[in-house]
Amino acid sequence: MSRSETLAAALTLILAAACAGAVAADFGLGTAATPEQIAGWDIDVRPDGQGLPDGQGSVDEGETIYEAQCASCHGTFGESNEYIAISGGIGSLATSQPVRTVGSKLNFAPTLFDYINRAMPFPNSKSLTPSEVYAVVAYVLNLSEVVPAEFVANRESLVAVKMPNRDGYVQFPGLMSVHGKSDTHNTACMKDCESSVKLSGELPPGFIAGMYGDIDDNFRGLASMNGQAPPASALPSERDATSTAIAPASSLLQKYGCSACHGIDKDIVGPSFQRIGARYRDDHENAVATLEKKIRDGGSGVWGDLPMPPQGAPTDADLKTLIEWILMGAPDR
Amino acid sequence: MSHRSETGQGRLLPAPENFLAPSGQERRRALGTLVTGAAALLVATKLQAKGYEANPAHLPPNLPPSSRVLGMPVGSDPYGAPSPYEKSIIRRLSPGLTTTPHSSVAFTPLQNLFGIITPNGLHFERDHNGRPDVNPYEHRLMIHGLVGKPKIYTMEDLLRFPSVSRIHFLECGANSAMEWGNPAVPTVQYTHGMLSCAEWTGVPLSTLLDDVGFDAKKVKYILAEGADGAGLTRTIPIEFALDDVLVAYGQNGEMLRPEQGYPVRLLVPGVQGISSVKWLRRLKLGDQPWNTREESLMYSDLMPDGSSRQYTWIQEAKSVITSPSGGQHLLDKGGHYEITGLAWSGRGKIKRVDVSTDGGRNWRTARLQGPILSKALSRFSIDWKWDGSPALLQSRCIDETGFVQPKMRQLREVRGTRSIYHNNAIQTWRIDTEGQVHNVQV
Repeated sequence: MSRSETLAAALTLILAAACAGAVAADFGLGTAATPEQIAGWDIDVRPDGQGLPDGQGSVDEGETIYEAQCASCHGTFGESNEYIAISGGIGSLATSQPVRTVGSKLNFAPTLFDYINRAMPFPNSKSLTPSEVYAVVAYVLNLSEVVPAEFVANRESLVAVKMPNRDGYVQFPGLMSVHGKSDTHNTACMKDCESSVKLSGELPPGFIAGMYGDIDDNFRGLASMNGQAPPASALPSERDATSTAIAPASSLLQKYGCSACHGIDKDIVGPSFQRIGARYRDDHENAVATLEKKIRDGGSGVWGDLPMPPQGAPTDADLKTLIEWILMGAPDR
Repeated sequence: MSHRSETGQGRLLPAPENFLAPSGQERRRALGTLVTGAAALLVATKLQAKGYEANPAHLPPNLPPSSRVLGMPVGSDPYGAPSPYEKSIIRRLSPGLTTTPHSSVAFTPLQNLFGIITPNGLHFERDHNGRPDVNPYEHRLMIHGLVGKPKIYTMEDLLRFPSVSRIHFLECGANSAMEWGNPAVPTVQYTHGMLSCAEWTGVPLSTLLDDVGFDAKKVKYILAEGADGAGLTRTIPIEFALDDVLVAYGQNGEMLRPEQGYPVRLLVPGVQGISSVKWLRRLKLGDQPWNTREESLMYSDLMPDGSSRQYTWIQEAKSVITSPSGGQHLLDKGGHYEITGLAWSGRGKIKRVDVSTDGGRNWRTARLQGPILSKALSRFSIDWKWDGSPALLQSRCIDETGFVQPKMRQLREVRGTRSIYHNNAIQTWRIDTEGQVHNVQV
């Protein structure tokens, strides 16, 4: 081998090494995930059942859990339209009023397990044991009459369930890849493109005022393009000063999820805060203790049959702030 | 107050009279006359009605108080906030759209924004189980599944990888969902405001996949999971992951806002927003899609025959005029107006935008304002002289694949009206003889 040949060979080796380094640089970052660490987080369940844990639950067991933790939002029979309805609607998908529910739309039962296990119950997700999740899944499937009353959900039985809409899904390649071809075919016509133009839809009269109120301040000032003077409602006002008085209660309602079920002046699932305040405020001394117990322990019967779940999360101080605000009549500004 | 602004730009009044309660009858008459000539007087009336009037003692030749007193000390507002006069330029929830504010959406006020970048405080927010408070020192990203070396990364780790910054739009798959059947909301904030655009900074996902030694032969899909209460999950195809997906921690130069997934999110350019999983805690590599709740029961497109299109990731080309737009009011008959708006495509760059003022009969090509970036918002504008007669404003974009944004009726012909997702139809704004702008369909 000549000297130049040797040099060329060496250069080739160095270049190869450099390229390999560029392809798989070792940054020395991150740590190996142990099997135990992975097991704790690896909760996903595929439609074929891969990932379903050990455990089982019956329709009857599910009913008890459902009524305590789910019915307040979804309705006793899963029919509530306030939140997403979970039963009914089978056969409605091709109509002009499709009702999308577990029974009518979901394609695979293991997906129901995956979702309840990771995201429900709404204010306390990931609080159910695998067997409790199996039980709720069994009950919800039974609400839609997908499984019989004696059904017991477990790894094998869930995979075997045939959902009514199992074959209702299609894949349209046009929207699945950046190279896909659409199913709409407009052209870039420039002149005399329409023989007639007719209005096919408008907002009904009074709709905006009714739903949105005065929307002046949705825009910047009088002439939004010109940066002219803003409307007064855009300016800092006295209302800010008074609204700070209820800001602590307001943020606690959000923080602890109270406003998911109770409106300030509207009933949602539970009674409005103003109605609660009106009921209890005349007996302020006892009312504080009564409300504290009702919120901490939960219960039903005062305002209807739907139970209020026990609330352990609020600190004592936050609970006191909330109760004082409720007993003030729950002012919203 | 002069009849025209100094630039000759026609003026827009953002308060159509029919938005007022019946008690606004006085102003209804007042505004009606406005366009016919007595503009100065009536603008003053409008200002007065709102409790705001310029004090002549602060106008030329006099000086305003701000010129005579010591201002706030430097650094008195160490982070900074918009002027108090901008306090109504905010995200808004659409009344009655969702039952709980914990699984809801706050819309970006597109009608008030300039250029293509959405300020971080105005980027639309869509959460499925509230906005979690994630501690970056405890946050971990786990990558496992069909990989040689499953790993856990700290934020410290992620910030040390080679990074890139790219400008991309994010659009919720359900943007314009309320409009499939008929016009349902008053302003562009609600018709199109599940749309924002930012410069995102992070690690290319492909870098992390190499780092864990992913099995290039077997891996077809990746599951992305959030650290929120929803533990939100979506399936990402591997070809997207290896192309331009980011594991992003930066948004317009600062760390992500909490409502955008602080401290780290996935950013899947051009794909429906929900795939850009926020508070990203886990990526699992596999060989089949996961059929998660957010890609079966929800976020699948219901067709007229009752079937559901699944995994419809791509956000097709779309555009909208942001001014004049629903809720505004043209003040000057014969006035010059700049029609301006936004165009974007999940398949690449915007090539052209055309604008019609007669409901789609005739079109003119608008100016595109640079930069024109792939899978980013592009700003367009075109000059227009409003002669005071009724007009139907539309914009229509064409992307670099040659795809032309569809008409509403073309979309309905193939997808019906119950699809919820992927409404990229041409938007129509009707201007009546009084200059009010309405959301309509043709």
